[in-house]
Amino acid sequence: MNTPLSWIKDFVPELDCTDQEFVDAMTMSGTKCEGYERLDKNLEKIVVGRIEKIEKHPDADKLIVCQVDIGTGAVQIVTGAPNVSEGDLVPVVLDGGKVAGGHDGGPLPEDGIEIKAGKLRGVESEGMMCSIEELGSSRDVFSDAPEDGIYIFKADSGVKPGDDAAEALGLHDTVFDYEITSNRVDCYSVMGIAREAAATFDLPFKYPEVKDTGNNSGQASDHISVSIEDMDLCTRYIARVVKNIKIGESPDWMKKRLRASGIRPISNIVDITNFVMLEYGQPMHAFDLSAIAGNKIVVKRAKDGDVFTTLDGEERKLDSDVLTICDGEKAVALAGIMGGENSMITDSVHDVLFEAATFNGPNIRKSSRRIGLRTDSSGIFEKGLDPNNAYDAMERACSLIEELGCGEVVGGRVDVHAKLPEKKHIAFEPERINEYLGTDISRDTMLSYFKRLEVEYDETKNELIVPSFRQDLLSFADSSEEVARLFGYDRIPTTLPKDSGQIGGLPFKLRVEKLARDTACAFGFSQGYCYSFESPEVFDKLRLKADAPERGAIQISNPLGVDFSIMRTLPLNGILGSLSVNFNRRNENVRLFELANVYIPKTELPITDYPDERMQFVLGAYGDIDFFELKGVVEEFIYKAGMKERVKYEASERPYLHPGRQADIVYDKAVIGYMGQIHPLTAKAYDMAKTDVYIAVLDMPEIVKRASFEPRYAGLAKYPAVSRDISMVVPKAVRAQDIDDIIVQRGGKILESFKLFDIYEGQQIGEGFKSMAYTVVFRAKDKTLSDDDVNAVMKKILNGLEGLGIELRS
Amino acid sequence: MAINAAELEEIKERALEAIKQAGALEALNDVRVAFTGKKGELTEVLKGMKDVAKEDRPKVGALVNETRDIIEDAINKAKINLEATALEARLQNETIDVTLPAKKRRLGHVHPNAIALDELENIFIGMGYEVVEGPEVEKDYYNFEALNIPADHPAKDEQDTFYINGDMLLRTQTSGTQIHEMEKGRLPIKMISPGRVFRSDEVDATHSPSFHQVEGLLVDKEVTLADLKGTLETFAKKLFGEDTKVKFRPHHFPFTEPSAEMDVSCFKCGGKGCRFCKGEGWIEILGCGMVHPHVLEMCGIDPLKYKGFAFGIGLERIALLKYEIDDMRLLYENDQRFLDQF
Repeated sequence: MNTPLSWIKDFVPELDCTDQEFVDAMTMSGTKCEGYERLDKNLEKIVVGRIEKIEKHPDADKLIVCQVDIGTGAVQIVTGAPNVSEGDLVPVVLDGGKVAGGHDGGPLPEDGIEIKAGKLRGVESEGMMCSIEELGSSRDVFSDAPEDGIYIFKADSGVKPGDDAAEALGLHDTVFDYEITSNRVDCYSVMGIAREAAATFDLPFKYPEVKDTGNNSGQASDHISVSIEDMDLCTRYIARVVKNIKIGESPDWMKKRLRASGIRPISNIVDITNFVMLEYGQPMHAFDLSAIAGNKIVVKRAKDGDVFTTLDGEERKLDSDVLTICDGEKAVALAGIMGGENSMITDSVHDVLFEAATFNGPNIRKSSRRIGLRTDSSGIFEKGLDPNNAYDAMERACSLIEELGCGEVVGGRVDVHAKLPEKKHIAFEPERINEYLGTDISRDTMLSYFKRLEVEYDETKNELIVPSFRQDLLSFADSSEEVARLFGYDRIPTTLPKDSGQIGGLPFKLRVEKLARDTACAFGFSQGYCYSFESPEVFDKLRLKADAPERGAIQISNPLGVDFSIMRTLPLNGILGSLSVNFNRRNENVRLFELANVYIPKTELPITDYPDERMQFVLGAYGDIDFFELKGVVEEFIYKAGMKERVKYEASERPYLHPGRQADIVYDKAVIGYMGQIHPLTAKAYDMAKTDVYIAVLDMPEIVKRASFEPRYAGLAKYPAVSRDISMVVPKAVRAQDIDDIIVQRGGKILESFKLFDIYEGQQIGEGFKSMAYTVVFRAKDKTLSDDDVNAVMKKILNGLEGLGIELRS
Repeated sequence: MAINAAELEEIKERALEAIKQAGALEALNDVRVAFTGKKGELTEVLKGMKDVAKEDRPKVGALVNETRDIIEDAINKAKINLEATALEARLQNETIDVTLPAKKRRLGHVHPNAIALDELENIFIGMGYEVVEGPEVEKDYYNFEALNIPADHPAKDEQDTFYINGDMLLRTQTSGTQIHEMEKGRLPIKMISPGRVFRSDEVDATHSPSFHQVEGLLVDKEVTLADLKGTLETFAKKLFGEDTKVKFRPHHFPFTEPSAEMDVSCFKCGGKGCRFCKGEGWIEILGCGMVHPHVLEMCGIDPLKYKGFAFGIGLERIALLKYEIDDMRLLYENDQRFLDQF
């Protein structure tokens, strides 16, 4: 929303502040000013000049030498502009002055361009004639400016040499840009902003003068009838008729207002509808009355498959949710969005039907989206407008039509509407407001604020009566906000809540996640953040079978694109993608981890209930890493999480992992994760064919279930340990874990620890065998172990090992 | 007399000379063995004691002991000197170039988002707030309806929200956690809820379809807008420094009334205006307000007995500002060189 200050001052004549003061005060009262622009920011010493005489430049074919009357005398100006003639009134920047930009209309330099007298090809030039672009504006709003040349004032514009040219063009103005919150529909209008300005600065607000129109000229109902078939979609439809239209230019003051608001003046009738739309926030539409068949307007839904040509010449496909304005035979407009080609006004229009209506906002929004046509009008209607304001806007428009002499307004109006909104009443609760805000504002002060906001007060009922334009003011909380913002948020005290004795903290789950993070970092893994959604192609890169359950991912019905279309069921794509980015940027030895959810549907797709959001701790690395180092990270984390049992590794067949280098991570008989080297084909799919990538994934709910941060002291050993070495020749198929199992099962209570200290495969060992050597340590809590104690246990262990086909070496 | 003084004197002289000549600890040890060892000369001499007349024994004994003491003393002194020399030589020998590169077991780095979140959590936990989590795939009711955003509200536009189907969606804000907490019926409530949220924004330097918020909620019997200001001002000073100033501007959120946005004075320029704060001196960091009584009511909380305030902080916004990261895409690329800087 852009609003020129000059227009606001029409409503708040006593407003007198700097631009910055205005911005600050409005922002603090709730109308946030995003910024402002002075239209004359870099315009200095610019006057109206009249070209008295034009001569050829003696030394340059493309230049002319002009004698220009600037009121106080004549100056000589050399120009290359092709479009000036003797007698033209033009803007002239004098020696030492400034213009806003170059004549090419490119981006405006921050500090403008200084103009100095000088010689052009040997001829003195004491200033410069200006194009509209040099004045910081454009042909978008000054349609009368030439495409390439000096701006020339119209002969009847009333300006004379020496006048302030910026003033004549309406450039001594500031345009403010506001961020209007969605609840303040009324502020999408100059009047709404001006009302807020009046309340903010506590100044009187002056409504525009609206004259009663059409007193001597028949009745609108003689020309038109209106019926609304879908009252839920159209809350009010007002029709008025203007006869004997005289299309012409709008007066200067109106053009200036429109231009400062960024709208190009076109003709009086169009300008008036635009002007009223800006001023009242009520879009209006003008139909050529002669194109309205049957002298009637019917507001109704379109039929599925209807096609309608809007006034921009485009064919639009409609459906039964789109509301149309029809005459006796056909649609003539898309309600609230755009008029039809078949009823648009042209320069030859004779009689006009004016429409001011209000529609169901959400329906307009949906319709304009479905049709693919968003207009200024639909943008306003979709916010849901006040039907009472539509009436006022129509009256203002007709008053302007008479004032500007562009037609004869016919008396009366055809006004069809549902029940009109009444003024809402809210209990006035000053004590409660103070309790709510933490303030001590007097009742009278509060009432003065409401008065400034045009909220009346019924003393007998102790009720606030809310004006119709404030559709957002409904309840106690709303009334307290009005008090707060006019009192000033900055004046509200700053206190701390009364302590109710709550103790803050992290829940257990998050503590375990922090431990995962700390452990990963301690092992050199850095934390990544990846997206939760990804492409279904991921499943192919991970080589999942067509019927793999992981493919049953939740789909987003309106994704940003296929790459963001499903909710991940596996945590690998993010980390592999990130590793790939690093690898292809030649970063060496990268270690990453992520802690984030996967989303597992619990019901059939599409889901109708919450999925299982499972936190995954995923570690991924390439470069200086191998399977066993990663395994060490996993085991240290599990141990630190208070899970002191032995972690086991069982065979797994995950298609994205190397078939000979992968395992399920098993704890307490449950699979709590998996790890391995990424399958070469998956690595290739992620552009990492030239490196080995390792990943480990821990399913955090399984960890959280078993974790504990309550360690128990088990005492320090008092008696000496006895250690024995076992050296053996082991069939290749026997895994270290099988040997570990025997040692643990048979070691009994005195087994303290064991360690594989040598493994060897080679010529000295037979084909199909490997040599392994363990140190096993025994210790009793209550005595010094004797050789016999240890021998007995060792015998059990050795027997067990022989059971696995292991040959013991002496 | 089998032992005579001259012989002892001669042994002593030879021993002292040998000690003098011993240039290393090993040689010195040889000397000790040769003279005072088990089979050493002096020890051998002592063996002749049995032949000494009984009345002479004390005198001879004393003489032998004296000789032995002198020799041993000389050996010990020589040993100390030799050890000192040897140590010096060793230290000399072991000298290293301390400027050679360090051997590092590199530590990992926590993501800037997580660093910022840690800071936020620590501040609020210190003020007595509990950290809770809510679902990322959410029901329409919790993301919108219960937050006073009815079916036709523009905020629900498909443009902004990722839908799974009519009822399920990806949460666009962490505010739904407020509702889940209030529905539990345990009052008072003092919680923050960090989490991932989703909005249908194309990826660019300042937008991401997935980002993080930290929701805050306090519900108690006596809560005021002034308390909200005080709480958030305390938070801002803790996060950005004690000199930080805050500004509350009226704003609109459907689920709070009154609502505000909070700006902090630019921590780069202190409020004078710079490139960082786009010349404004202020940086917007969060939205907040008093929980709308209607929202309390929908959660079964009597708005005449209880009041609440709520706030929502954009985590990435804090991280980008605090750590001067100029492109949001960096946060999701996970380039090791980027992460190494935190």
